[in-house]
Amino acid sequence: MNNPNGAARIHGEVLPNPEAAATNHEAAASGCRRVAAPPLLSVNNLRTGYHRTEVVKGISFTAERGDFVCVIGANGCGKTTALKGMLGILPLFGGSVDVGGREFLSAGGHTATAKEFARTFAYIPQIHGLPFPFLVSDVVLLGRTPHLRSSVSSPSDADKAAAYMALKTLGIESIAGSEYTALSGGQQQLVLIARALAQEPRILIMDEPTASLDFGNQQLVLDRMLDLGREGMAVIMVTHDPAHVLHCANKVIVMDGGSVLREGTPEETITAEILERIYGARAAVTTARLDDGSEVRTVVPLSRRHTGAPPS
Amino acid sequence: MLSLGLVFVCAVSFLLGRYFAPPASVAEEISRLALGDAAGDPKLATALFNIRFPRIVVVTLVGMALSVAGASYQGMFKNPLVSPDLLGASAGASFGACLALLLNLGNEFIQIFAFVAGLAAVGLVMLLNRVVRGDALLGLILGGILVGTLFTSGTSIIKLVADADDKLPAITFWLMGSFAGVTLNDVLPLFVPMAIGFVLVLTQRWNLNAMSFGEDEARALGVNTKAVRALVILGATLLTASSIAVAGVIGWIGLVVPHLTRALVGPNYRILLPTTMLTGAIFLLIVDNFARLLYSVEIPIGLLTSILGVPFFIFIYRKNLRGWS
Repeated sequence: MNNPNGAARIHGEVLPNPEAAATNHEAAASGCRRVAAPPLLSVNNLRTGYHRTEVVKGISFTAERGDFVCVIGANGCGKTTALKGMLGILPLFGGSVDVGGREFLSAGGHTATAKEFARTFAYIPQIHGLPFPFLVSDVVLLGRTPHLRSSVSSPSDADKAAAYMALKTLGIESIAGSEYTALSGGQQQLVLIARALAQEPRILIMDEPTASLDFGNQQLVLDRMLDLGREGMAVIMVTHDPAHVLHCANKVIVMDGGSVLREGTPEETITAEILERIYGARAAVTTARLDDGSEVRTVVPLSRRHTGAPPS
Repeated sequence: MLSLGLVFVCAVSFLLGRYFAPPASVAEEISRLALGDAAGDPKLATALFNIRFPRIVVVTLVGMALSVAGASYQGMFKNPLVSPDLLGASAGASFGACLALLLNLGNEFIQIFAFVAGLAAVGLVMLLNRVVRGDALLGLILGGILVGTLFTSGTSIIKLVADADDKLPAITFWLMGSFAGVTLNDVLPLFVPMAIGFVLVLTQRWNLNAMSFGEDEARALGVNTKAVRALVILGATLLTASSIAVAGVIGWIGLVVPHLTRALVGPNYRILLPTTMLTGAIFLLIVDNFARLLYSVEIPIGLLTSILGVPFFIFIYRKNLRGWS
């Protein structure tokens, strides 16, 4: 925090993303003149769950190009379930998912093919063990699967070039020949992001991508995701860290008990009151003044020491 | 290079046998056959073309089939310790063959019974998996254990009621696996289910890479996981059941050869599956030569694959090529 360059960098990212804002503004302006264009992603009253248990009881939101949407909530509130519902991994009990005005998913099932789905949505899971030591280049090449000619085809040279470009975008082309299983957690997560980029999706969906990463790798991954948002993808990220929400998002969905508690900008949604409500934990949301005079919003967890509450 | 290795091992296997003949006279018999002349040495010609040739063809096919089936299951079930009998194919086929032996049916019926019962066992597992809802892979594995146990018990009952002087030894011998009785007549019926099985599994080799990352991720990558799973299970079952039908239970190949191959060429199924066909065939041909020649009575190959496989496996892993992480 004492390094002014570092501070300036952090400051730059906390501001709402200017290109994205411009895009949205233009879209809104053109919408006034002509018919309003349908949003890139529209999740309408989505209800989903496991077997016959409804976990997500109706959530709705929209996302445009350049939006960075964070979904936040306590463990078990249905964040991950909602993502899996959106991706068609879990069946919908009701509602729909539309892309650019076209229905992709409804309670009746998929209305888009698996390939169309994978060319529109890329899913970046948490890093996980893999039973076999695939090469990084092969892992990323798997992202080309939805672009293959048929379900029995293998990737072409053009696909290999696209996979290499994805690695290059993230600056990790030097590890293309390494074994995925031998990489550090941060590198593995970047490889999974590269695989998602190779899908050339319009919407990136991430489930707590920083969960098992150290402080430096968390920042690295989030910075890359912000870059991708600026390049015009819509990013939807499930996280349980309010600091990450303040760091990245321009739109926040707060989930509680399977439905949306609050939706809005980070300033509107990341408040001490809401954090206490969803996590049952005391925290202060405050503004830190950096050495260069700029300000960042941040979350400070408060223990009993600060609040003077008696031990429970 | 491995294809050359396979050709070489085939050629050597052709020369080896209880009825010894120098390579020159073997070559002469082959040219006589090719030109349509009468055999110079009828005994040698019979040994070569009616005994060794079909046996080499069948051993090659079975080696390819078992290793391809094993490799594909290991990826699909995301588990390196899985072998082709995971879903009960060998338990079913063993039961079928033992039933045919008990009923004193002919050789062709043993094969048909084994093949059909192997398919039936896997079919039963798939059916169970439809009834029980939940994690599809776990359901299949549990179903495989259940059905496997069921058919193994059936085999035990047959052994119990079988005539201890006559049928029980035949059953026991069959269960240990052997290529001893293979004739030209066995080759053709083997080709059809094997060809279908190879095509089904090999065309899914890129999708098997995606499946190695798990069901959810494969689906998110645009893979129709249900279809891939059905095709691979059908293909692998055809390969396994037809192998067991013709040669009895040969363990170890489907588990170890894929690992060996992975150590040589890495885990990418696009390369792994074709390569493992070659390594599986070479390995089984070598072991079968030992089975034929090591002792005056032929040793059941099912025993030899494990006896020779263990040190071979240790040797490869000592070399520490690219194996598991």
